[in-house]
Amino acid sequence: MSTVGASAPSVIAVTNKKTKVRYRRMENQSPDKAAVLEAHGISKQVSSPEGSLTILSDVSFRICAGESVAVVGPSGAGKSTLLALLAGLDLPTMGHVTLKGANLGELDEDGRARLRADNVGFVFQSFHLVPSLNALENVMLPLELAGAANAREVSHTIIDKVGLSERWRHYPAQLSGGEKQRVAIARAFATEPAVLFADEPTGNLDARTGANIMDLMFELNRTSSTTLILVTHNALLAERCNRILSLDAGLLVSDRAVAA
Amino acid sequence: MNAIAFALRSFGRELRSGEVMVLLAAIALAVGVLTAVGFLTDRIGKAVARQANEVLAADLRLRSQVPIPDTWRTTAEEYGLQTAETQTFPSVVFAGDLSALATIKAVSDNYPLRGAVRISDTLFGEQRVVEGVPRRGEVWADGALLARIDADVGDEIMVGGSDMLVSAVLTYRPDQSIGFASLAPSLLVNIADIPATGLIGEGSRVGYALLVAGDDAAISGFNEAIQDQLPDSVRASNREESSERAYNAADRAQRFLSLTAVISLLLSAVAVAMSARRFAHRRMDTVALMKSLGATQGFVITVAVLQLMMIGVLGVIAGSSIGFAAEEVLSWILSDIIAADLPDSGPMPVILASGSALVLLVGFALPALLQLRNTPPLRVLRHDMMPPAPSRLLVTGLSLAAVAALLYRSVGDARMLVILLGGIIVIAAALYLVGRGLVALMGRFRSGVGVAWRYGLANVARRGRSSAVQVVAFGLGLTVLLLLTIVRTDLLEGWRKTIDEDAPNHFMINIQPHELDSVAAIFDTAGVATPEFVPLVRARMSTINGESVKTRSYPDPGGSWLANREANLSWTATLSASNEIVAGEWWPADYAGPPLASIEEEAASDTGLAIGDRIVFVIAGRELEVTIASMRSINWDSFKPNFFIVLSPGALDDMPMTYISSMRLEEEQQSMLINLVRTHPSISVIDIDAILQQIRGIIEKASLAVQAVFVFTLAAGVAVLFAAVQSTIDERRFESALLRALGARKRTVFAGVMAEFAVLGIAAGLLASAGASILAAIVAVQLFELPYEFNPLLWLAGLVAGVLLVCVSGFVAARGAINASPIEVLRTA
Repeated sequence: MSTVGASAPSVIAVTNKKTKVRYRRMENQSPDKAAVLEAHGISKQVSSPEGSLTILSDVSFRICAGESVAVVGPSGAGKSTLLALLAGLDLPTMGHVTLKGANLGELDEDGRARLRADNVGFVFQSFHLVPSLNALENVMLPLELAGAANAREVSHTIIDKVGLSERWRHYPAQLSGGEKQRVAIARAFATEPAVLFADEPTGNLDARTGANIMDLMFELNRTSSTTLILVTHNALLAERCNRILSLDAGLLVSDRAVAA
Repeated sequence: MNAIAFALRSFGRELRSGEVMVLLAAIALAVGVLTAVGFLTDRIGKAVARQANEVLAADLRLRSQVPIPDTWRTTAEEYGLQTAETQTFPSVVFAGDLSALATIKAVSDNYPLRGAVRISDTLFGEQRVVEGVPRRGEVWADGALLARIDADVGDEIMVGGSDMLVSAVLTYRPDQSIGFASLAPSLLVNIADIPATGLIGEGSRVGYALLVAGDDAAISGFNEAIQDQLPDSVRASNREESSERAYNAADRAQRFLSLTAVISLLLSAVAVAMSARRFAHRRMDTVALMKSLGATQGFVITVAVLQLMMIGVLGVIAGSSIGFAAEEVLSWILSDIIAADLPDSGPMPVILASGSALVLLVGFALPALLQLRNTPPLRVLRHDMMPPAPSRLLVTGLSLAAVAALLYRSVGDARMLVILLGGIIVIAAALYLVGRGLVALMGRFRSGVGVAWRYGLANVARRGRSSAVQVVAFGLGLTVLLLLTIVRTDLLEGWRKTIDEDAPNHFMINIQPHELDSVAAIFDTAGVATPEFVPLVRARMSTINGESVKTRSYPDPGGSWLANREANLSWTATLSASNEIVAGEWWPADYAGPPLASIEEEAASDTGLAIGDRIVFVIAGRELEVTIASMRSINWDSFKPNFFIVLSPGALDDMPMTYISSMRLEEEQQSMLINLVRTHPSISVIDIDAILQQIRGIIEKASLAVQAVFVFTLAAGVAVLFAAVQSTIDERRFESALLRALGARKRTVFAGVMAEFAVLGIAAGLLASAGASILAAIVAVQLFELPYEFNPLLWLAGLVAGVLLVCVSGFVAARGAINASPIEVLRTA
């Protein structure tokens, strides 16, 4: 199985239509647009009682600023592992990732943390709000970690944008699932990150709330020119992105553009 | 972002979470017990220091059983020294129908030469330092004495044959003894009034003392000059000697208290370690999140350490408040034993306790927190990602170092520290094994019980290690509390039971030979059987088999004390009923040969005396040689006059003697004593019931105070339980939710959890009952010399207390897990 790189599009087309779509998208992509995130032949192996286990195998691609990319695949395909490696939460066994030109493998943990503070936002399936901070403070957190001066004002603005202007004083325990995820999204966008990683952001929400949340996310993505990497099971959701990476058993099996 | 701002911001919310409360409580407990004990030892130390500096009320004190010759005083005055004289003896004072035994302290004008007397003008009034001594015809009485005879300032009381005016309440005199102050409270009298009272007759037991003070050179000059004139019976004490004795006694008390604090401290340490682990574990998610959002390791660890410090500060504040309150309670309980008017301890105990809290946190909480630094940020995606466990070496090393540092303060010497540390490790290991054994034992009943109990037993067995720790933590606290209860009730009661119902309850001492007939007449008139009068001669052992008692070596230190002290001798033809011959032969009733002696068996073995040994006594300047003919055992509890050494008839003829007697007087017969003392002022009547009651009161109060200290131990046990439950709370929530989802009723789940705590409680109760029984038996046999009676009530009390305590605390700790909504728990799990 060959791998797919955005710079050298040699895709295994599943259908003609899809291939066409993909090429059209590639044409739309301006060649001088800088890559924010690149995977260079990354693999991840872990040791298990049954011996070494390959979770991700030789995956390469290039993601440019402003793209919205869905990572799809069945359970165990390596989606979350890929996300972790791209965000520098973990390091690949082989290959390397560059985020905004920086080779993550050459940075120590604190170095990667600083890089994330400046460039990365997260939205998680289980929200991951700090229970001891209220909604506003949760949004302020990454701003403050990045050393922003006007964290409070910025956070208030974005809290308003996600529709929680009345509830900013509430603590996570006092918020519904959807509200929690709105806070998480506000937090993720607060620093205007270059890349936003979203890991099954609707996984813990009912369909309607999930849809609202995704509307919000795509809306913010559009207005903030953030690159969105969305890990999801949900095919409909994936189709809302403008590019889909499909993983299966640790291999990148397709990389296709989606019709606008 | 500023780590301080973040730590502060989230702290308020963190505080409400259970594990922080447990951590806080554990620290507060440790600080509380240390502060309370610190205050108490400080108080004892200060009392001793004051005592040591003023105990003589002089720089040098010469004590004698006979009046001090004038030449000594004039010699002292030649050296330019100040002098004062005192006479001290027990006597019963009366006010109306009420009487009480008092220590009469008759003092001359210059008293005290060192330190100051303090009085107050009303009972419980403000005390003030006073110059001078009571005027003629006036007395200053201890408040306890006034309370006993229901008198007040301005009342007249009868001292011997004189009526005297109470002109002030005596609150402090420098030479009062430190403990048991209430046993025979003081009455300060002008020495010039004593002859008129008729209290001192020939052979009366009076301590005469010459107090001397001045500059060091003059004192030592005088001391050298006077040495040759001093007979054997005179003791010269200077300040160093007397303070050393006082310090030694106080040192032991302080070490004991510190060691009791150590037990609570160690249990608190276990609670701190457990809850810190949980504290860190709960923070892992947040730390992983913060790292994923760009926080550095330094930031993460700074926040954690800052929050730990804040918990520490709160713990110290809460703990010192507890300590202050405990101090108030303790000094109230002990007000009779330790002078209550001591200056405040100041901040030192709090500072020391805070330091200890810091050591506790560093030793037991820091390793768990340091581990946080290495939390993989990947944990935000994969919840099972854990930081590597802190190195065993670091954990063990830090906690041992912390324990050693904490112990060092109460032990104060490296060798003892190593021994103690070793002892603690061995005892802790042994207790832990016992705990595991009990847990395993309880597990055996699993098949024979209902579903709730089975669930409970299964849980106890599954968390075997933690269960054993909880059993031991609770068991220890209960053990000491049970033990002290036994001492306070059972043993004292047992001791009282060994005393005959019709045992004498009054002693008469200092009866002059010429008073025997008139005393008998008074008994006759009152319709009370005349008691037996036993002769008493005061003597001093000079040689044993020709060797001086001073140079002789003794098998037991007690023997040296017996041989060198002023001895009371008596003679009798017939063996008293409370005595039994164990060796040798008792002399015939009509014996008229050379003087023989019968010696009490323990006194004989302590002094290394055997039948046939010859002892020379010096009695009022005359020598008397006696030969040991027999050995006796004595039932001291008979409360009959008994003597270590009894001589044969005729041996003491012509020696200056007084008589003593004991009798049982019922309540309604006691009014005759007023008449007796009025007409025979030199006779001292001692009310044994009252003294026994006072001794009981003092023992009860002392053990109550120690019990109060041990309440901290129990509280620390509760903290350990809370910490243990906290560490399993997620598991419990999940299990409870699962069981309920599977159709178990809330009641069943509740019953299961309570069964688990009941099992722990039973095990802790068993451990405590067994421990307390063994210790009580040792205390009874070794300390009180009483046969120990097995007390089934103790076991019942231990079990009930164990089950109740563990169940109630367990319920409080675990109720959140039982009440959680199953659907919520299962969804988020």
